[in-house]
Amino acid sequence: MSNDKEKTEYVSYLEHQGKYKGIFSWIFTMDHKRIGLLYLYAIVALFFVGAIMGLLMRIELIAPGETIMKPQTYNGIFTVHGIIMIFMVVIPGLSVVFGNFFLPILIGAKDVAFPKLNRFSWWIYIAGCILAVASQFMKDGPPDTGWSFYAPYSTSTGTNVIMATFAAFVLGFSSILTGLNFIVTIHQLRAPGMKFFNMPLFSWAIYATAWTQLLATPIVGITLLMLIAERLFGIGFFNPDLGGDPVLFEHLFWIYSHPAVYIMILPALGIITEIIPTFCQKKIYGYKAIALSSLAIAGVGFLVWGHHMFTSGMSNQARWFFSLLTFLVAVPSAIKVFNWLATMYKGSIDMKPPFLYALAFIFLFTIGGTTGLLLGSIATNVQVHDTSFVVAHFHYIIFGGMGFAFFGAIHYWLPKMYGRMYNMRIATIAWGIIFVGFNLLYFPQFIIGMQGMPRRYFDYLPQFQTGQVISTIGGFILIIGTVIMVYNLIKGARSGEPAPANPWHGSTLEWQIPSPPSLENFDEALAIKSNPYDYE
Amino acid sequence: MANNVSHITEYKVLGKVFLVLLFLTFLTITVTSFELAAFSVTVALLIAGVKGFMILTYFMHLKYESLLLRILVALIFVLYALVVLITFIDYAYR
Ligand code: HEM
Ligand SMILES: [Cu+2]
Repeated sequence: MSNDKEKTEYVSYLEHQGKYKGIFSWIFTMDHKRIGLLYLYAIVALFFVGAIMGLLMRIELIAPGETIMKPQTYNGIFTVHGIIMIFMVVIPGLSVVFGNFFLPILIGAKDVAFPKLNRFSWWIYIAGCILAVASQFMKDGPPDTGWSFYAPYSTSTGTNVIMATFAAFVLGFSSILTGLNFIVTIHQLRAPGMKFFNMPLFSWAIYATAWTQLLATPIVGITLLMLIAERLFGIGFFNPDLGGDPVLFEHLFWIYSHPAVYIMILPALGIITEIIPTFCQKKIYGYKAIALSSLAIAGVGFLVWGHHMFTSGMSNQARWFFSLLTFLVAVPSAIKVFNWLATMYKGSIDMKPPFLYALAFIFLFTIGGTTGLLLGSIATNVQVHDTSFVVAHFHYIIFGGMGFAFFGAIHYWLPKMYGRMYNMRIATIAWGIIFVGFNLLYFPQFIIGMQGMPRRYFDYLPQFQTGQVISTIGGFILIIGTVIMVYNLIKGARSGEPAPANPWHGSTLEWQIPSPPSLENFDEALAIKSNPYDYE
Repeated sequence: MANNVSHITEYKVLGKVFLVLLFLTFLTITVTSFELAAFSVTVALLIAGVKGFMILTYFMHLKYESLLLRILVALIFVLYALVVLITFIDYAYR
């Protein structure tokens, strides 16, 4: 009898022995947690490839004139940097890594709705990455259009545009399938008793993101196919001589690519919303407002794409309209920021690394957001469009926002994912270095952008040099900080102190199960709270 | 969703819907022979819209799905309509 009762030893998802052994137990895995880790490793690697290219550009810009590369090399590098960072790192980023790993756990499910589809999405993601990287080494040379592939240049340049656009197309497929998977998961697999408004807010963010992935990505898919057809057969979609319109490409491209910035940032907002209540030990303020603002951002975010095209020759009426809508979309973003601040108010705040990243996020995201409003007003946009001001703006949002949220998330969830803890002190120091480096790198670009430093130029007038040099120094500091951070995390994951199940005293479901979780996440029945952030 | 109940009655309905779709296709071809000028596209789109609606409702089972799901599908169409409409604010005034 005692033998029956004796529980078999606890086996985590990392040790679980399935049908396949060794490396194949990863390649053929359908476990959402393992798939999440696979994406994590790919994305970190790609991030460093992209970052090195960024650093090469910064070195080139340390002095006017040619420094370390020819202009055409520079064109290729900023294009590839953009393609890697946008399509392979930040767009999938948070949702494929933390969405895969934690969405099912947060809603009390054993896996996503379609585990095989999930594995398939991962495979085509890798296929897309291989295609994109290969396009850099083919005989026509790397694409030089910028990641935005604007026609008519992209239809006429001799470089390897077809391969790169096709890669983006394949990556888009992966994104659509992941979005679909998450939507169905949230609709069908919530634990019994968990209503939509009992879900943790990260799930809401993933939900809004998934809809955007599902609905917006097909548009860029078609657009890229149109571009390929245009190059191969000279159909004339975008060629005025044949009755086409180059601005049509910009419309189609941004109808996807503005919502795409929300694909990047919405999960980030969701992660910050998880971190803040945990480290304040306080119920989140304005649960419903935060949940619904994610949907509002996704919805209104669909209708503002024209703010990228104010200087492209759109009609005045359209410009006016897009400017108005752009201002509107700032409202739900601000709602979130105010709710976070209200949550912190009178909380018992614990300044651990994840919380520090959340604070840095709020600071940087606010700078990025308010400069976005400057860009959204037509008159200032005409002044700063296509200058380094824009570069600073979107790096504050994408890196300062999405990037810092990613760093915060990995510091928050690493003990759950690996069952081990990293070194807190080194993590804090790395955070400080990254924060300083980041601001040194991008803030000067606001200033020289205002003064007229164009974007995507390999050369500049001597008057911009001070700003450029500060920026380059910042770039090095930033990279040093990230290397320290990643080193500390890897060391923690491999040989850190064993972490308890709930190191931060969090209240959501992932903290109620052992670290690392078992294959099916929940071996015992779970109690669903009506408010996931219930700290008494 | 426990919608396996509804599948029994369907074959007859599906057949009828199929016939209606065929008829509408035939209609689409016939109206092209009338001179409707600018409205010819409108009419074609209207008929196609009805067909799409029937396919979604019957063939894709929306009729038997929850209200939430039906609202979501409707919203998607509203969203796409808005996107097209807004694009035309540019083209109409350029
Ligand atoms: C408060 C919300 C935001 C506003 C009002 C806003 C506004 C704008 C505007 C008007 C531009 C066009 C600038 C120009 O080229 O003249 C722009 C560019 C850009 N924004 Fe934002 N933005 C916001 C949030 C975001 C977010 C959340 C992201 C990404 C996560 C983002 C990423 C970008 C990128 C990548 C570009 C450059 C596009 C290019 O290559 O031209 N923005 N933004
Ligand atoms: Cu935009």
